[in-house]
Amino acid sequence: MKPYAVIGAFLVIGLLLPLMTVMAATLLSPRKPNPIKQDIYECGLKTVGETWVQFKVQYYIYALIFVIFDIEVVFLYPWAVAYNQLGLFALVEMLIFAGILLAGLLYAWRKGVLSWV
Amino acid sequence: MTAEQVVFILAAIVTLGSALGMVTTRSVFVGALWMVAVFGGVAALFILLGAGFLGIVQILVYIGAIAVLILFAIMLTPRVMGDPQAPRYNRQWPLVAVMASALASLLVALVLRTDWPVAQEGTPTIAGFAVELGKGFMTTYILPFEVASVLLLVALIGAIVIAREE
Repeated sequence: MKPYAVIGAFLVIGLLLPLMTVMAATLLSPRKPNPIKQDIYECGLKTVGETWVQFKVQYYIYALIFVIFDIEVVFLYPWAVAYNQLGLFALVEMLIFAGILLAGLLYAWRKGVLSWV
Repeated sequence: MTAEQVVFILAAIVTLGSALGMVTTRSVFVGALWMVAVFGGVAALFILLGAGFLGIVQILVYIGAIAVLILFAIMLTPRVMGDPQAPRYNRQWPLVAVMASALASLLVALVLRTDWPVAQEGTPTIAGFAVELGKGFMTTYILPFEVASVLLLVALIGAIVIAREE
């Protein structure tokens, strides 16, 4: 349980620090609201049109490719944890595993699905 | 109360509270974000049960992959994104409430009736599970391991072929 206690402490501090910043700003800052100050802006400019817009369907392919490599990480993880107890054979094996998936990435690249839309 | 009990109660509160937030929010997008918090709480519960690897897989697969896919699917759907003022409840909510209560009472009854075995001192734990799994992948289960890679490749190419417009 001990390594998880460190992660837990990290989580608590990570949540507290930004919360304290927001709290401090709320407590200390003077507040004189007016319509212009409370306007919604985006990157310093006023938003144009509806904010909740539909995004391009082509982006979905990035998510799909990401999911595949996310699952690869699930397989990489036990190998990485046991790495010290495994030999060169395991490294070769993992390279084959990653190589097969690399072929998929190359296919995606060649098909042009990685280009910006 | 031990420290583990405190963490368990906190994780349970986060999980149940986020689940409540997910089903009561107006926006599907916000609901999906609450779902991420539920997944996080469940991962903490897995870790508390000593199943650290399962907790990490929960974070990787559910928060990393499934939540991202759901958020993408919502953001790519025109009407779901366009109407944050949608009604909070639809006509089916009483029926769903009855069904959910029935399922909840069944689960509670089962949990109360089950005689939960407690690990004795010296019982082998699954703390080194990931290491054993890694060793297994590289020795006994070498073929299924490589086949899994081919399966992922098929899924990747299949996704591109289906999703891409020619």
